[in-house]
Amino acid sequence: MPLEIPKDKWPGSVRAITIGATSAEGGTRAKAVTVGGQTTLPYLHFEAPTPNQPVIAVEIKSRKPDDWSALLTEAWGDVMDDPAAWAKKAEEAGAGLLVLGLTLADSPEDAVKAVKSVLAASGLPLVVWGPGQAEKDNDLLVPVAEAAKGERLVLGICEDKNYRTIVATAMANGHLVQARTPMDVNLSKQLNILISDMGMPKDRIIMDPTTGALGYGIEYGYSVMERLRLAALQGDAMTQFPMLVTPGYEAWKTKEAKVGEGVPETWGDWKTRAVNWETYTALALIESGADIVVLRHPESVARVKAAIAELVTA
Amino acid sequence: MALSGIQIYKMLPQTNCKECGFPTCLAFAMKLAAKQVELSSCPYVSEESKRQLAESAAPPIRLVALKGAGAEVKAGNEVVMFRHEKTFYNKPGLFIHVKASDPDLAAKVAAADAYKVNYVGMDFTVDGFALVLDSDAAAAIQTVRGATKRPLILIGDAAALQAGLSACGGETPLLYAADASNADALAELAKGKAALTVKADSLEALADLTQKIQAKGVEDMVLDLGGKNLSEWLTRSTQVRRLALKANFRALGYPVIAFPCDAQDEGIAAAQAIAKYAGFIVLSEFKPELLYPLLVLRENIYTDPQKPIQVQPGVYEINQPKPESPVLVTTNFSITYFSVANEVEGSGLPAWLVVTDAEGMSVLTAWAAGKFDAERIAKAIKGFDVASKVSKKRVVLPGHVAVLSGELEAELPDWEIRVGPREAVDLPAFMKQALN
Repeated sequence: MPLEIPKDKWPGSVRAITIGATSAEGGTRAKAVTVGGQTTLPYLHFEAPTPNQPVIAVEIKSRKPDDWSALLTEAWGDVMDDPAAWAKKAEEAGAGLLVLGLTLADSPEDAVKAVKSVLAASGLPLVVWGPGQAEKDNDLLVPVAEAAKGERLVLGICEDKNYRTIVATAMANGHLVQARTPMDVNLSKQLNILISDMGMPKDRIIMDPTTGALGYGIEYGYSVMERLRLAALQGDAMTQFPMLVTPGYEAWKTKEAKVGEGVPETWGDWKTRAVNWETYTALALIESGADIVVLRHPESVARVKAAIAELVTA
Repeated sequence: MALSGIQIYKMLPQTNCKECGFPTCLAFAMKLAAKQVELSSCPYVSEESKRQLAESAAPPIRLVALKGAGAEVKAGNEVVMFRHEKTFYNKPGLFIHVKASDPDLAAKVAAADAYKVNYVGMDFTVDGFALVLDSDAAAAIQTVRGATKRPLILIGDAAALQAGLSACGGETPLLYAADASNADALAELAKGKAALTVKADSLEALADLTQKIQAKGVEDMVLDLGGKNLSEWLTRSTQVRRLALKANFRALGYPVIAFPCDAQDEGIAAAQAIAKYAGFIVLSEFKPELLYPLLVLRENIYTDPQKPIQVQPGVYEINQPKPESPVLVTTNFSITYFSVANEVEGSGLPAWLVVTDAEGMSVLTAWAAGKFDAERIAKAIKGFDVASKVSKKRVVLPGHVAVLSGELEAELPDWEIRVGPREAVDLPAFMKQALN
């Protein structure tokens, strides 16, 4: 019997946003990465093609972190002492983007040096995060933005309590910003409005609705992302930004991923479980609309990458 | 499709006899449309109307229950595409694939059957077994039944399924699978005794087949959508759900079965199946490191968005606290609890975490709603007899409720009240610097 499949036709679409600039575009990246542009819900090829693949970003740090799981330090090894070497290895592992996290121990000079060394070591577009304390973020991100003028970095993390300085320096130096709000549709919209009201062009905002890991609130992040994407397709301009989320950071905070001792035997083999934790968190978020997932373990990168390849196949 | 009150009214006797307890047939029809009364309250309704009304009241996705020897698993009856629109109701059953020909069959089934893992106070288990039958189906079922009471999916040709089914007396297994070549024979077999999986290369062919099988008298069906990769499966699963919910298309209004065991990456395919509408999921083998994250994902996706997961109030010990370790207070909203517990745990610092009953709200929300005040906190500290566990009576409040410290001092006069940071992420630094 012939079937009439109900199809959704949406008035709105997600903005296509380009991260990184090649030499032709005023930067030094080997190639730029474009995300977003969807006109329907994720991977429903019977309604519309997927214009841009979701991208895996790998998170590296300017200094070797002392609080990461032993599984991560084993997987990356010596390169963790050198952000440039780490960046290269992350690219080899399949990253489409790099996230460089600066730390509280970095001086502005250290931060600029780390960013420059990563830009020199890898041709991938770059996201740079401050250490997460408002004053320190501003101290580090302003010189970084100036030193990397024209690279179309993504600078983060803008939150409602600290976004002005980061937005201003991103505007002045041709970068993008990452706008993070705590798992709430209206707060997302509000921060996007505040940032665009400063004069930030709308093709330079990446929205980070925040997520929780599997077992630790993923259902909130998942549903907020579905709702944001539906709002974007319905035509709400202040939700029409690509979404970046951090399943790597969230998953590797959990006991299930982080530690192998003193946990129930019913959790199974530590390493497989840990990588599964990160991988399933990322997969669920990709199904709910994530455009960029920031991951930590190279095996998760490989598995999520293979899943993306299947999902974007029409 | 649900009928309006007026549509229902046209099918009623329209005599206003009042025997149903309502003054007019129209009033009764309105109540019926709102699903507040049963049609059986009307003594005079015709058989034809009964049939039509029952049909319109049937759920768009049929509820299919598989019964084992004392355990049951259900799928179907879903009403939304997105969990935030209402909720997803029946969690997909996770089945472990086993073979009759496996010499270790009994041991494998027993190990998986015994599995029990705890997540925020709930115990999760596997739901059943998908058994590939061989020439002696009765013996295989006897072996499996010696090790588990859980429902079964029987996989095999018509002869094996017939033998298997007759060895499952009193149960409702799921037979796998009817296709164009054997639909008649399997329909005959399943009728009244089992649920039947239906399988075809396209949704059109699948719909033709389910109608044919239904005409033979089989009501409980489950759809195998095939699909060579994640994208194809997602498309078909979404289309089936939409046809059922939005077009009320009965021929595909059945739960879906997924076989991640055949995928490139089993865990990823299973995660997609959980998020995207599967009713039954078959895994290749019993592996806790695969199963536990999937069980948690399933719980998360199927959590009612209106009712957040709560943690049992009580005193939680983090990093083996000693009598001199600090006492921290928070609410029983699971995400709040996890944020605090995770930060403290990650820091390696020992602490007593007192979780108060704030009706599942976060710190600020609970405070605003009057569910997290000095009285409740004091009640928790006294009720859980925290004083008997510690040598230093010092309690740390979340920074967001610093305003409660005065009242709490009055409630707990012999305790030192400290105000901690607003965010959990700052707790380790606070504990290191301020609590020594």
